Amino acid sequence: MIKSTELSKKYGSNCVLNIETLEIPKGQTFGLVGNNGAGKTTFFNLMLDLIKPTTGYIINNEIQVNKSEDWKPFTAAFIDESFLIGYLTPEEYFYFVGELRGMNKADIDTFLDQFQEIFNDEILGKKKYLRDLSKGNQKKAGIVAALIGNPEVIVLDEPFANLDPTTQIRLKKLLKEIVQNSNVTVLISSHDLGHVTEVCERIVVLDKGNIIKDIKTSEETLKELEAYFSV
Amino acid sequence: MIKQFLNQEWKQFFRSSYWQKSVALNILMGFLALYFIVVFLALGISLYPILKKQFPESDPLIIVNGFIFYWFLADLLIRFFLQKLPVMNVKPLLVLPVSRSKITHYVLNKSVVSFFNFLPLFATIPFGLFLINEDYNTTSVIIWIVLLTIFTLIINFLNFIIESKSSETELSFLPILVIASALFALNYFEIVSFSSILSKAINSITQNPVLLIIPVAILIGLYYLNYSIIKKKLYIDASLKKKTQVATTTDMAWTRKFGDIAPFLQLDLKLLWRNKRPRSSIFMIIIGLLYGLFFYPNPTYKDMVPMFVFVGVFITGIFMINFGQFIPAWDSGYYKLLMSQNIKYKEYLKSKYSLMIISAVALFVLSIPYVYFGWKILLIHFAAMVYNIGVNSYVLLYGGSFNRKQIDLTQKAAFNYQGTGAVQWLIGFPLLLAPILIFYLPYKFISFEAGIATLIILGTIGIIFHQKLMKFISQQYLASKYKMISAFEQNT
Repeated sequence: MIKSTELSKKYGSNCVLNIETLEIPKGQTFGLVGNNGAGKTTFFNLMLDLIKPTTGYIINNEIQVNKSEDWKPFTAAFIDESFLIGYLTPEEYFYFVGELRGMNKADIDTFLDQFQEIFNDEILGKKKYLRDLSKGNQKKAGIVAALIGNPEVIVLDEPFANLDPTTQIRLKKLLKEIVQNSNVTVLISSHDLGHVTEVCERIVVLDKGNIIKDIKTSEETLKELEAYFSV
Repeated sequence: MIKQFLNQEWKQFFRSSYWQKSVALNILMGFLALYFIVVFLALGISLYPILKKQFPESDPLIIVNGFIFYWFLADLLIRFFLQKLPVMNVKPLLVLPVSRSKITHYVLNKSVVSFFNFLPLFATIPFGLFLINEDYNTTSVIIWIVLLTIFTLIINFLNFIIESKSSETELSFLPILVIASALFALNYFEIVSFSSILSKAINSITQNPVLLIIPVAILIGLYYLNYSIIKKKLYIDASLKKKTQVATTTDMAWTRKFGDIAPFLQLDLKLLWRNKRPRSSIFMIIIGLLYGLFFYPNPTYKDMVPMFVFVGVFITGIFMINFGQFIPAWDSGYYKLLMSQNIKYKEYLKSKYSLMIISAVALFVLSIPYVYFGWKILLIHFAAMVYNIGVNSYVLLYGGSFNRKQIDLTQKAAFNYQGTGAVQWLIGFPLLLAPILIFYLPYKFISFEAGIATLIILGTIGIIFHQKLMKFISQQYLASKYKMISAFEQNT
């Protein structure tokens, strides 16, 4: 589904990402872990064509992302708050994204029904603009918006950060369901080793822009990761 | 401690990317400040001779004192809208080992060095020198100057009290307007003649310096009132908290008629209405519409027909220019979303274009009453509208592709130049001046009709080549996509 070739990103002489080759098959739940500055967000930004690669390219479902815009209809992402439109209410925001993805209001309303649990009555019908929601609730809205319109590729940067424990557990459940019931490719990054090992089938460890480990998740993975990071 | 605080202020000012990027703008602000200083100086220097000449029998000082009340009111009003107590910046200090009272004193003392407080000195000191020159008692004059400075500070602190009280109400500017107009009315209809009371008070204080203690006491009282208000509010859930608005959800079903661009059009309309800064461009429409009244009835401009073209372009294009010059910076806060969502640049730009042309047509219709000043004016407005639609709108969109300035929508509107770069200034001139030139040449050498026709033809050409032009403009946006994303990410 996603294939990057000789991908690198340099700012001046500072190389922030350098991945020889990385292939993510369709339907995989893919996790990126690494300390600050490892290049996780850079990789996602490159995937969404928000920054320009210094060398190499990423192919998303046979479309080279910096050449054509045709990857947009089947790719959805939530990277940070700049993916939210602050002066809209959450409902309006969902309708707007829905509209862009060919879903009308009624579709969105049914779609949102399944997230009642996650929203926990704090998002919908609160007469608040997104900019006035708490960080955690903003994140919830952003993640749910990224699921609108049955995308084939979902990119979530640090989805668990800022969420309360209950929502973290619910989100994990939700992500697992999504992957099980469909052929969606999910890419997430996280600082929480427990969460990624629980959700992801495969985990790649980045350090200073380089791939250090590429693990197929198993019972021992969490220990392996903890051992690596506890240096 | 204070040294530390000041050091931080200094860094905040000079290290903001805003300052570093727009030196030109700061120079402009500097000129504006200089302008006010010159105006006040001129006032201070010319006041005495003028009053002496106009009212040879009266004492100029007495006349001036009679007007102090109005100055008091005007200053209070102006400050209310322009001067804010900078409490937000102290948030990081709260958890540091600095006492709350120290922070409060700092905030209050800092407000004393505001430009507003120094400005009157530029008028009072030269006026005072004139008085001394005219053999007034030197001590009295010095006391008068000191007294007015105290007054300025009283206004300074009074303003913060009014502000903090009225910010709790829904329409925060209402109380000050009510108070000011009530005071003015009471005075005007001579129910309570504040101006003469104040004038008498000033006169007796200048005669008897001991009385100076009264205004000083008032000042100290106000300072401590402020102190207690702020100290109480120095918690993050009180004054340091940003205000949240009650959201209103609107459907705007009527925008459906516009087809593909409907979601963007809805977004733009919400953008305009729900954010202070863009909302001001709606209010600018009113100013723009009335602009003609300034020119048309004035016989001086009667034969300056090319000037009317300027007015026409301005009236029908005020919204277009105000809104258009900040495309796509209005969306800078969520530009990454727009770039990664299922959106084609063309549709996005088309929505902006539609909004601009709708505004041009609507403003033309609203400006029809100007026909009162002659059919020619209506014709000029029509030609200006076509020119705005067919030429200026594209120029604005094209200029937007060079836009690298982020706009924080939550910021206030007045005197906010955030997002203004060299591009905006460069583009402003051809937008308003080019049509005058284009009109002027055929008007001068052929006829009035030829000038009008030239504008309309140019506009029509633009409308005919709409698809081609939009394609070209979209390509420009695509080419600068990465630069825009990274520029919009940087906080100003």
